Amino acid sequence: MKTLIDRPPTDDGRRDVLARMPRLRRIVLSRAFQPVSMLLLLAPFVLAVVAGLLGTPAGNRNFGIVFVWIVWWAVLMVLLVPGLGRIWCTVCPIPAPGEWIQRRGIMRGGAKLRTGRRWPRRLRNMWVQNAGFLTLALFSTVILTRPSVSAVVLIGLTGTAVAVSLLFEKRTFCRYVCPIGGFIGLYSMVAPIELRVRDPQVCVDHRSKDCITGNEYGYGCPWMVYPGKLDRNLDCGLCTECLRTCTMDNVVINLRRPGADLAKPAPGRRIDEAFKALIMLACSIIYPAVLFGPWATVKEWAAVESFGGWLIYAAAFLAATLVVVPGLFWLAVAWGHKGSGSDLPVRRAFNDYAHALIPLGLAAWIAFSVGFALTNGSYALGTISDPLGWGWDLVGTADVGWTPYLSGAAPTIQAAILLGGLIFGVRTALRIGLRHGPPGPAGLRAAAPVAAFLLAATLLLLWLYLG
Amino acid sequence: MTLPAPAETSRRSMIARRAFLLLLVLFVLLVPIPSFHTPRTHEITIDAAQYEFSPARLNVNRGDTVQVTLVASDVVHGFYLDGYEIDSRVEPGVAEQFTFAADRPGKFRYRCSVACGSLHPFMTGELVVGPNEPFWRAGALALIAVGATLLSVRKRRSA
Repeated sequence: MKTLIDRPPTDDGRRDVLARMPRLRRIVLSRAFQPVSMLLLLAPFVLAVVAGLLGTPAGNRNFGIVFVWIVWWAVLMVLLVPGLGRIWCTVCPIPAPGEWIQRRGIMRGGAKLRTGRRWPRRLRNMWVQNAGFLTLALFSTVILTRPSVSAVVLIGLTGTAVAVSLLFEKRTFCRYVCPIGGFIGLYSMVAPIELRVRDPQVCVDHRSKDCITGNEYGYGCPWMVYPGKLDRNLDCGLCTECLRTCTMDNVVINLRRPGADLAKPAPGRRIDEAFKALIMLACSIIYPAVLFGPWATVKEWAAVESFGGWLIYAAAFLAATLVVVPGLFWLAVAWGHKGSGSDLPVRRAFNDYAHALIPLGLAAWIAFSVGFALTNGSYALGTISDPLGWGWDLVGTADVGWTPYLSGAAPTIQAAILLGGLIFGVRTALRIGLRHGPPGPAGLRAAAPVAAFLLAATLLLLWLYLG
Repeated sequence: MTLPAPAETSRRSMIARRAFLLLLVLFVLLVPIPSFHTPRTHEITIDAAQYEFSPARLNVNRGDTVQVTLVASDVVHGFYLDGYEIDSRVEPGVAEQFTFAADRPGKFRYRCSVACGSLHPFMTGELVVGPNEPFWRAGALALIAVGATLLSVRKRRSA
């Protein structure tokens, strides 16, 4: 059996999923695939907005809260992102209106995209997404509990997507602005699925570059990605346009080893990505502490019950996510870096090792989401029958009471998920350390403080859930 | 006498290390943690108010008996104790009482089970039944996981 360091540095064992599933291939290659998926999801999305604006203010009886922040969130974080990467971005209804306005149609064969401006060069990173996520996170307790605020957020995201689509080219909103897409992209690097080219040389030799320009079979890449150089899931929105436009049949969807993107050499890793990983990990610790912890005062601060309290919460939240956690992580990386004698700049090591936080961060979000869904998932039955809380009983489940599922086993499940994330994260840190060189134990010495950081974060999370 | 080939020695060594790791994990999961506390009865009054329980954290020991008097000081609230599946409803001015044996170690959240306002889903408290075996076992497993991963790679590098 192969061990960690016996494995070759290049990824292997990939399997072309669609080659084995011809029916699925036909569906994915159809031009109707993405627009129809978006349209299907636009209906519950609109219902969530309408319920938020016109329905009951009681969150547990309102479709807009229950189906967005309990059902959708749990499905996204527990199933879709870890299992299928950016598949949500394939079907997400939020950018749909903007994209359709931009294209002047929903599914126009071969129609060219209206040329918009390019997103400013200095913003072609994840900082806008980081700022957007932090802004939403600062008000998340309000968004999670007040249907009208939740609806305003959904309208705001859609409106921003439309505005960005009118001003800028293609899916600029999804690639550089969407606060949800940012962390989905980050965590999609863990997923056992990827869109890649079969042979990069075929792309080099293929002069027409239909995947960029588009052709009668589909649009040029809306995410502004050149598939021939795609080596990570981060920026690919899985829209599958390149599968349709590639006349060389060189684009494939692979099954692969989970986390294959994380430890591979990638000189383009940036500090904005590192901060995304750190912000997400910090939030995965703060949320269970604030929302599930016994500190009522903190909950009231987070819920903006008083402006002064919220200011304290916001200051502590931003300090934790932008200063304390990144600072401690920097110290861990610098400590290991010094001990290893590597001549790599510390900043580069910081950016690289931040990818070791991704498996644990994802595990922490899964643990959080599992606990929340098991406790509150039963509200979904009631809101199916009465989505606006107006006393309807459409399918006879309006009176189903609140029933927590597996309440005794949930902490054990959460602990198992966290331990899995820890092991995955430590192995990723070691892979990065071994690849950085210098060869031998120095790479391990460099990774050891990062492993200690991961352990400390895990113990803190275990304490929050079990301690 | 023929010496085993290096590859065979390495394979045996790897099997031995994995067997040891498995035994260590089983030990951490299964070894009983003794409790030296004499069982006692706790009489506790829990006040439920939007959106907190007071006290918000209870510490008892396995084998203790917990007598709860539940009161509500503003609106109707509920009290659901995870893991013990105790569910009670309390109206302002009418105290509810129930008793249970703290026979499961660990941390269990109690939460409001009657919608009481916007922060209702997050109106929670914690009952910790010590010794908190699940937490200590999970912590020990985390340490073992990190140590084993580091050591396994170190062994491979030196081999």
